[in-house]
Amino acid sequence: MSTILGLYNYWVVIVLMMTGFYIVISRGNLIKKVIGLNIFQTSVFLLYISMGKVRGGTAPILDGGAETYSNPLPSVLILTAIVVGVATTAVALALIVRIKEAYDTVEEDEIRELDGAP
Amino acid sequence: MTLLVCTAVIVTRLRNLFATVMLTGIYSFLGAGWMLLLDAPDVAFTEASVGAGISTVLMLATLALTTHREKRSEKKQWLALLLVVLTGAALVYGTLDMPHYGDPNAPIHTHVAPRYIEESPEEVGVPNIVTAVLASYRGYDTLGETTVIFTAGIAVLLLLRRRRESRRRGAEDPR
Amino acid sequence: MKRQTILRVVSKLIIPLILLFALYVQFHGDYGPGGGFQAGVIFGAGFVLYGLVFGLEALRRVARPAFVESLIAFGLLLYAGVGVVSMLRGGNFLDYGVLAHDPVHGQHLGILLVELGVGITVAAVMITIFHSFAARGDAR
Repeated sequence: MSTILGLYNYWVVIVLMMTGFYIVISRGNLIKKVIGLNIFQTSVFLLYISMGKVRGGTAPILDGGAETYSNPLPSVLILTAIVVGVATTAVALALIVRIKEAYDTVEEDEIRELDGAP
Repeated sequence: MTLLVCTAVIVTRLRNLFATVMLTGIYSFLGAGWMLLLDAPDVAFTEASVGAGISTVLMLATLALTTHREKRSEKKQWLALLLVVLTGAALVYGTLDMPHYGDPNAPIHTHVAPRYIEESPEEVGVPNIVTAVLASYRGYDTLGETTVIFTAGIAVLLLLRRRRESRRRGAEDPR
Repeated sequence: MKRQTILRVVSKLIIPLILLFALYVQFHGDYGPGGGFQAGVIFGAGFVLYGLVFGLEALRRVARPAFVESLIAFGLLLYAGVGVVSMLRGGNFLDYGVLAHDPVHGQHLGILLVELGVGITVAAVMITIFHSFAARGDAR
């Protein structure tokens, strides 16, 4: 029982990750895929941040009264990752806009047909 | 946490893209709330402003420039579902070895982090340990990351810039 | 959206507060949560809000695209410049200790400049990306 309580947060994050993954591989619309990728990314961030928490700790800002601090290292990594994630999403969305102008559709199978792929 | 899962599942099912974008904003916001509970205010801050702010605006802009509805998918759904369930099961099997939530004796809390927490007042003198690590101890990584953002901005400029005076509608080369 | 009176009035009240808050987060990144990225995103979001409510032409008058694009490069150059200056003063690349008369002050100065550079780049990139998307829609 204590295993379930201790690992529950990882399992929730895995469910979120799998939902995002499912959206990416099963939907044909490109914008939906980018949204799925975004959900996947956010759930990975949650995984790391939940690993950094220490029971009884406070935020890692040095303060006179606190005893234990939560781990600052995951915060640093995820801060970088979030902004890189939004940059990648912006480029992906810009590509989708250009694809729409070139092929007049954002559905993956229609684009395949227009390209003449086997 | 349950709200997060519900939001994610609803995003999968909906075909109206406008609603999915709004729900993605809500998802990011709920994620930021959870991060705040996990003692990471910096990250919650960034996730809320980036995910629920900028990302939503950009997706809405893309929707305005493309379509509003998703086509009903004709691909086989059960194969994707099977793959997802198998991957999920493998990951759950992997987590059985991981340290429990909030455990102060987990390996990540006992090697590098105490050194940063203890030494940073004398070496850097800045109360916010996250900023100290980001800008001073790991400053080179932050330089690389700023370069990534710079590159993304330039890439979007290259893709979407249009000199309106010199182009005619319909005669533009899509490349 | 210019016609919607409530939106216009409320945005006019809120946008200065947003920009001020962004500056607060930028410079208080040392003492509380915050820092370059958060401040840059919030600053950019303030300008994006202005562009959404008052139209792209108004945004272009306030933040000229050519100027904002050069700001993207300026922030990154500021960051790399701090590194080069610390090399010129005898330390390693990005070693802030040699920037001032004693190491702790050097760290403070270094962190301040570096976060400023990051904040400028992130804000400029957000505004530029929004402007590119919106201008593409206008020109169709």
